Amino acid sequence: MPKWADVLLIPLISILIAFVLSGLVILAIGEDPIAAMNTMVSGSLASTYGWGYTLYYATNFMFTGLAVAVAFHARLFNIGGEGQAMLGGLGVALVCLSVEWPHWLIALPAAMIGGAFFGAAWAAIPAYLQAKRGSHIVITTIMFNFIAAALLVYVLNEFLRPAGSMDPASRLFPEGAHLPTFQQMFSTAENPLFRGAPANVTFFVAILACYLVWLLIWRTRLGYEIRAFGQSEPAAVYAGISPTKIIMIAMLISGGLAGLMAINNVMGEAERLVLNSVEGAGFIGIAVALMGRSHPFGVFLAALLFGFLYQGGAELSLWTNIPRELIVVIQALVILLTGALDNMVRIPLERLFLAMRSEKSS
Amino acid sequence: MTFVKSLLGGAAALALSAVGALAEPAVIFDLGGKFDKSFNEAAFNGAQRWADETGGKFLEIELTSEAQREQALRRFAEAGANPIITTGFAFATPVEAVAGDYPDTKFVNIDGFLPEIPENVLMISFQEHQGSYLVGMLAAMKSESGTVGFVGGMDIPLIRHFGCGYAQGAKSVNPDITIISNMTGTTPAAWNDPVKGSELTKAQISQGADVVYAAAGGTGVGVLQAAADEGIFSIGVDSNQNYLHPGSVLTSMLKRVDVAVYESMKAGADIETGKGMVLGLAEEGVGYAVDENNEALLSAEMLAEVEAAREAIISGDLEVAAYYANNSCPAHEF
Repeated sequence: MPKWADVLLIPLISILIAFVLSGLVILAIGEDPIAAMNTMVSGSLASTYGWGYTLYYATNFMFTGLAVAVAFHARLFNIGGEGQAMLGGLGVALVCLSVEWPHWLIALPAAMIGGAFFGAAWAAIPAYLQAKRGSHIVITTIMFNFIAAALLVYVLNEFLRPAGSMDPASRLFPEGAHLPTFQQMFSTAENPLFRGAPANVTFFVAILACYLVWLLIWRTRLGYEIRAFGQSEPAAVYAGISPTKIIMIAMLISGGLAGLMAINNVMGEAERLVLNSVEGAGFIGIAVALMGRSHPFGVFLAALLFGFLYQGGAELSLWTNIPRELIVVIQALVILLTGALDNMVRIPLERLFLAMRSEKSS
Repeated sequence: MTFVKSLLGGAAALALSAVGALAEPAVIFDLGGKFDKSFNEAAFNGAQRWADETGGKFLEIELTSEAQREQALRRFAEAGANPIITTGFAFATPVEAVAGDYPDTKFVNIDGFLPEIPENVLMISFQEHQGSYLVGMLAAMKSESGTVGFVGGMDIPLIRHFGCGYAQGAKSVNPDITIISNMTGTTPAAWNDPVKGSELTKAQISQGADVVYAAAGGTGVGVLQAAADEGIFSIGVDSNQNYLHPGSVLTSMLKRVDVAVYESMKAGADIETGKGMVLGLAEEGVGYAVDENNEALLSAEMLAEVEAAREAIISGDLEVAAYYANNSCPAHEF
């Protein structure tokens, strides 16, 4: 099968099937699937406002998707992106609240270090347990998600909550730590763009992160070692690669990337730390990495798709009577078909291409 | 002449557009979802009652993510919805951020707290500790084991506030009573986890509790179910939940979110804003539910005693300590 079919055709067919199935479900509850599709597309892609939200969600998913992808290359299944991003948020909030930042250009790198450090630190413990004790990383990372949630509740309630407030959230970050949104960056007085949308400068950081991850995985010695370890641990050991080192480093990078997500949702959007800031982006990251075949460019595209699904879903619930549970069904169908049921499309397509080739040669 | 004509035409167009903008109210439900049989559902019931009575329509959305808070507020404001009613304390900050951009739109928030309330915002809060105090008294009077339970959603100040009033009420009846309290979880899923709620209730029963009060949104459904299965009493919250298990639900701590929403919608665009409104026992914003499903469970003496306490609280003779006054509870350690 040619490469373009593997990379583009299969995901496209899978998405198409997912949308057809979703359409049937919408039809079954008595709503108009064409109108629903229209609402989703026009609400998320037809205006700068829609793009502002789509890209905001996509930025979150790029970071968590990259986090999962890096770990995947070492055959480590990091489902702890949720907790790592939560702790990253704590790191970002602590940095932003610590001093009166004079300008966001200074605050952003500091917050990135804070977020990445906390995220990486949260991934380090499961990584150590995997490397030294053989505790399976799937189990430990998912358990750490709950510990992270409990820790966040505690810290917010006991330390960061302003007096008198019922909301377990920190106070607003100082003015100097506010990131410029797309609205501030691209709007002119006569032509307002991205009105009220949360997309911000972090989007470009995410694109840079995609490029750097590509460099790391395919252009550096460390990336080669990570991939070699992922392909075959005994071969890697034979080649003098230390499994402990690779597990630790891959997981630290992975956790750091998940923690970096916080500069988008905590620093860029909410401008304060709220309890529920990650809201599943860590788990969506798994789907994004699966769909993107763990390649940074694939992650980028898959993140855009999920950004569209999130924003389109929000528009659906704003303007139609489709219940929000059904929007989750649509998202789940996309994940199911692109991630889990990949072979359902792949095998027939492979046969088709083989048949076409043998016809040509005969 | 033409000038006057165009002026008149302009005025007519303005009048027309004003009628067009005389728009529907909107309700934004928090992440728990509108059918949580509790807080959000109470808001929905109030809105539905308004719609049934007036034949009006309202816009609504159930949120699925934090970023949608501002988004929904702005979208509804731009669509001309007025007033826009939000449920849950988490809306306080987004409402404050958005309100200034839409000076002609009125915003209502239930449960939130803002140090300074903008001109076009109304903050409605409830004295949950007063209502919880009364159901705490009922729990202590009904309990034979001398142990009562409390199941909260997440360990946040608001829920401790409920539990604290409950503990004070129970202790006022029986100073030696044991109060067991548990929180369901640490993630927002804790508001909608009936299975965990039922497990916690069973654990509390095994420690001797024979009345359990649930302040946990949708999780409470599991608490009430487990109490009914095990043959003990339970207390519902926010909405009147007595009907869920007649004979087992002792009473429900009413928080009249429905009334708040209904009244806000009735007032429409003319609603008085720029202030906070506190609804307690005196305003009948909170209370306890007595209906045909639970009258047999409450004796005349019990009711008389609770009524006396209710009047004492209203008159100011009896003061129930609020948890968030100083972040601690005189009657219970959480």
